[in-house]
Amino acid sequence: MVSFKMNKRYYSRAMANKILLHIFFVFLGGHLIFLAPAYSRDYDYINVTNPFLKKTPVAVTDFKPFNGNAQEINIGKTAKAILKEALDFTGYLKIMNPVAFLSNPAESGIQLGEINFRDWTAIGADLLITGGIIETDGKITLKLRLFDTFNAKLLVGKIYTGPESQVRQMIHLFCSEISYQLTGKWGIFNSKIAFVSTVNGNKEIFSCDFDGRNIKQVTRHKSISLSPSWSSDGQWLAYVSYAKGKPDIFIKNIEEKRGSIINYKGMNISPDWMPGQQKLAAALSFSGDQEIYLLSIKGEIIKRVTNSWGIDVSPEFSPDGKKIVFTSKRTGTPQIYIKDLESKNAQRITFKGKNNTSPAWSPDGRKIVYVGIEENNIDIFVMDINSGMPVQLTMNAGDNEDPSWSPDGSMLTFTSTREAGVSRIFVMNASGSDPRRLLRLAGKQTQPDWSK
Amino acid sequence: MKKRVWVNLVMAILVAGLFLTASCAKKTIVSDATTIEDQEKAKLEADAKAAAEAAAKAKADQITQQKLEDEIAREKAQKAARILAAKQLFENQDIHFEYDSSDLSEIAKAGLKEKAAWLKNNVSLMITIEGHCDERGTTEYNLALGDRRANTAKNYLVNLGVSASRLNTISYGEEKPLDSAMTEAAYKINRRAHFVIN
Repeated sequence: MVSFKMNKRYYSRAMANKILLHIFFVFLGGHLIFLAPAYSRDYDYINVTNPFLKKTPVAVTDFKPFNGNAQEINIGKTAKAILKEALDFTGYLKIMNPVAFLSNPAESGIQLGEINFRDWTAIGADLLITGGIIETDGKITLKLRLFDTFNAKLLVGKIYTGPESQVRQMIHLFCSEISYQLTGKWGIFNSKIAFVSTVNGNKEIFSCDFDGRNIKQVTRHKSISLSPSWSSDGQWLAYVSYAKGKPDIFIKNIEEKRGSIINYKGMNISPDWMPGQQKLAAALSFSGDQEIYLLSIKGEIIKRVTNSWGIDVSPEFSPDGKKIVFTSKRTGTPQIYIKDLESKNAQRITFKGKNNTSPAWSPDGRKIVYVGIEENNIDIFVMDINSGMPVQLTMNAGDNEDPSWSPDGSMLTFTSTREAGVSRIFVMNASGSDPRRLLRLAGKQTQPDWSK
Repeated sequence: MKKRVWVNLVMAILVAGLFLTASCAKKTIVSDATTIEDQEKAKLEADAKAAAEAAAKAKADQITQQKLEDEIAREKAQKAARILAAKQLFENQDIHFEYDSSDLSEIAKAGLKEKAAWLKNNVSLMITIEGHCDERGTTEYNLALGDRRANTAKNYLVNLGVSASRLNTISYGEEKPLDSAMTEAAYKINRRAHFVIN
């Protein structure tokens, strides 16, 4: 019985990022509060894939400064602001206006037993988050709790300790815990988004945090660089660049100066990493025909995946790595197909419209999001693979392209020209609601890829 | 009476005039010495004139020759310009495609035949064929479509007898539009195979 659960990848990345956070269980009356793993699996508070999702109201209270000094008060305010922003970003939580609050846990107490849950149910808060902050010798300790107000239950209780510079990461770790508790998924708070941005007329690869902050320029080729793709451990980026004169695939380790280039004759484009493997699928044209191949990280061809005359491009793996979804023109117009890597047959899944491209497989494996073009309108559609019914997610709001799923499947990031006709990165909920611009950066941004 | 005197006087003057005229004619015949002097002078003048004419002719000859050299240079320049124009025509005349198509229209084939003929007359030149798309369609699909357009143009030239080893291809997809306007006219000129002499 351990309440601190992290999947392997999440944990290893946190380690790789060298976040030294000490995480303790919250003591309450001398007893450890255990949250059985089965608890969250038996009942998920929020189904993030529900298109009719109603936002759950959550009250986030002021952080209690244990020593009461100015530094605690200031950092507490910052931490609370980061927390509210991150929770609001999820799209399934509604942050309540503190004007309505009937009590102040920062004064009356932040623990179970010190909270009068009627104060919170009375104002319609389904969830309550309290925080405490202790500053000792430059180290910050945050005590964070999530309560179910109707059942008067502690859902998550965590203590994080680290330097002030890691407050943002501590808050996001807590948000991941909240996400796991509420949705059964670790969420987006540890994820990154890679994208293309113009710099002085060239196109370079950038990355940022899930919320559009912490923007970093990854490449400096002074050329055309396109189609970034994260490996499933978040340690590698594959992308296309004309840095050597023609479209080749560059593979780059994010932390170390390691990498390789896949540069067969002709084009080498649209890389996608096989989940959990150091292998990629990509479209190459050295044969004179644009076909999809399975490649090693060094570019050796493991196998040819498609075998039909005409364009085959933009492969994306299924979450189990056994299938790919891709764009093919084999029937005369570009359409979306699914193919088992081991079998010969490809199954066409789009039948509406004459131009369907750029597919991406949902993390739960059930849906494909793609771009459909009709009469010069470029929009994003999602299809349940079993039903085959396409649902349009964007409409009458510029050109919308390059959809990519958030790691929990609750959101999509995409490119849109809805603001003044200029390409920008947007995010929206998986149902198409709450579209909003992710980041502000000079130039034009395209092709976002959300890390797994 | 007085009137008669005037008439006589006028008559006398007229007669005297007649005599005077006669004496003048006679005088021309007697002035031979003067004539010789004049002839000598004329001869000198003629000599000078001939010399001047010779000089002028020499100068004219020089001018003519100069003119010829200029003409040769101009013809050379014109020839170079014609070659350059042919090169520029080769590079500037794109082959165009229909939306989402890499098939060659009759106009495109005619353009490629001209290019093939020119390439056969200029066997030392290496060529890169660029495939381009309009901005409709997704980035990756358009890269593949541009690749296909460049390959289609290349294969047609190879079938017309141009050595494949002289023809390189590259796709730019929708990355290098000639006209970034969002109009049918712009889309039309952006859907192209472009030829570059390496």
